Amino acid sequence: MSVTAIDRIAKATPPRVARKIHGLSDRTIAWIFIGPTIVLLLAVNIFPLLWTIYLSFTNFRANRPNADVEWVGLQNYQRILSNPEIWQTMQATAHFLFWTLFFQVLIGFALAWLINAKFRGSNFWTTVIVLPMMLSPAVVGNFWTFLYQPQIGVFNYVVGFFTGADPSGFSMIGDVRLAPWAIIIVDTWMWTPFVMLICLAGLRSIPDSIYEAAECDRASKWRQFWTLTVPMIMPFLMLAVLFRGIENFKMFDLVVQLTGGGPGSVTELTSINLKREAFEKWRTGFASAYAVILFVTVFGLASIYVKALNRVKQR
Amino acid sequence: MSSFSVTEPSRRLKWIAGLLVVGYALVTLMPLMWIIATGFKSSSDSIAYPPKVVFEPTLEGYVNLFTVQNRASPEQLAANPPETWYEQIVHDKGMMISGPSRFGERFMNSVIIGFGSTFLSVFLGTLAAYGFSRYRVPLKDDLLFFILSTRMMPPIAVAIPIFLMFRATGLSDTHAGMILLYTAVNLSLAVWLLKGFIDEIPREYEEAALIDGYTRFQAFYKVVLPQAATGIASTAIFCLIFAWNEYAFAVLLTSGTAQTAPPFIPTIIGSSGRDWPAVSAGATLFLLPVIVFTILLRKHLLRGITFGAVRK
Repeated sequence: MSVTAIDRIAKATPPRVARKIHGLSDRTIAWIFIGPTIVLLLAVNIFPLLWTIYLSFTNFRANRPNADVEWVGLQNYQRILSNPEIWQTMQATAHFLFWTLFFQVLIGFALAWLINAKFRGSNFWTTVIVLPMMLSPAVVGNFWTFLYQPQIGVFNYVVGFFTGADPSGFSMIGDVRLAPWAIIIVDTWMWTPFVMLICLAGLRSIPDSIYEAAECDRASKWRQFWTLTVPMIMPFLMLAVLFRGIENFKMFDLVVQLTGGGPGSVTELTSINLKREAFEKWRTGFASAYAVILFVTVFGLASIYVKALNRVKQR
Repeated sequence: MSSFSVTEPSRRLKWIAGLLVVGYALVTLMPLMWIIATGFKSSSDSIAYPPKVVFEPTLEGYVNLFTVQNRASPEQLAANPPETWYEQIVHDKGMMISGPSRFGERFMNSVIIGFGSTFLSVFLGTLAAYGFSRYRVPLKDDLLFFILSTRMMPPIAVAIPIFLMFRATGLSDTHAGMILLYTAVNLSLAVWLLKGFIDEIPREYEEAALIDGYTRFQAFYKVVLPQAATGIASTAIFCLIFAWNEYAFAVLLTSGTAQTAPPFIPTIIGSSGRDWPAVSAGATLFLLPVIVFTILLRKHLLRGITFGAVRK
């Protein structure tokens, strides 16, 4: 902040006079700018969060607002952590997270590397590839159930065409073994471009001069890739994984529309399970404790991860 | 780039890279193409086996999307000859139009809530971003992190108390409630993106304006705002796309008057099973604006999706 002559005079005069000379103080102006945002976020984010924490210690049910609310202490938390069903949804979420991240990083990086060869039309095709990522997951997820239909679905037809399998012989959504892969395929289809864009930015940030120097030192292309490209792109990759990780941990819309958690509960990710507890079984207190556990997990994992990310960046 | 560069990929590599990328792009486009194509199919073509790539286009899906129809007896059909092309289409199936469907309303709800919340979040976000960018704010980094962290919470987790709050204040299923909610959700993105854009505007411009006798606020809207116009526009598009696509809050907090299109489109059903041409027609109309916006935004895309963490 620059100190003007007026600032100096203002500081040397009594506050009331100063206000007349100077108008509003810098700090007041700053709060006029920032205040509304903070107030809105406190009202729509922090207040609900505190309320959730409070509810998590009670047996409140939102469909019976007039019933007596009892303080139950940590009982909700105990029930959740000892509930095998919830551990199962956590496992389903972990499976989903691991494989979507794996495929998206692999394909996304490969695509970025190829696009970075700067062939003619690469900008146009990059925009085309990016399209699925911007679309509504609910609407697109709903349409994929049509593509996945056993008899009439295009997905089954194409798979059958290339592998010789009977297109009506398998159901991606109805089969307990295939359903987890059905959601992984659609998520990968949607979000690979995200990883690709970040990787591309990373690849473009590496100066040519480094490769030229390596070339002078007679380093093989293979060696250049592993000792230059990979370490320099690492922070970008990790950032992409962070974003996708948080997003997919929260995953709701796409999977609800695709499988609705089924068949049985093999694709019931935590968000879907939570929605069922809160808005179908109406166990509000229980669901609140569940919600608290979920965001403690997200924040915990994210902050450990950000520390690791910063360490990689510093190297 | 000089032709004598060791880092320039060889022509052959470029060819292979190009082929692979174009191949991937075509595969990835297929589901989108299929949505658009299915919208123009007749219902029997849409469920044909093997799937039909070549078909006779019809607007039946679009007519079904916008109208409610009833089966009519031959006498009724004879008594009410079709007057317009869309009545003709319905007539040919032995049905009659009994009124408009809800799709138009739901689509308008998406427009109202999308634009309303975008305007508010960009307005508040610009102010806050300017404050953070130019003023010494106590605990600035903590506040900025707090703003970002509001985005990490799973929507379903916050939805419980918001549901209760909305019920208590009468905001459930209202445009105002949804606009307020989406504004709050989008604010983190708006503040972070806009702060990046405003940080890039040299301070010297405002200082010059202050010396010329502008007040702080005049300097803000006469000097900074015009400079940040591109940034504000692209932030607005990002907020709009988010509000447009949002599903979790919409499905939990709206059911009728304020319901947006994403929870509505999957509920479209026909007279016998799901009417996929109508669903696809709705999806096409709903996705098309986003495709246009994405193409407009392509230069700022990366910045938008990473909250300004990666700038090209």
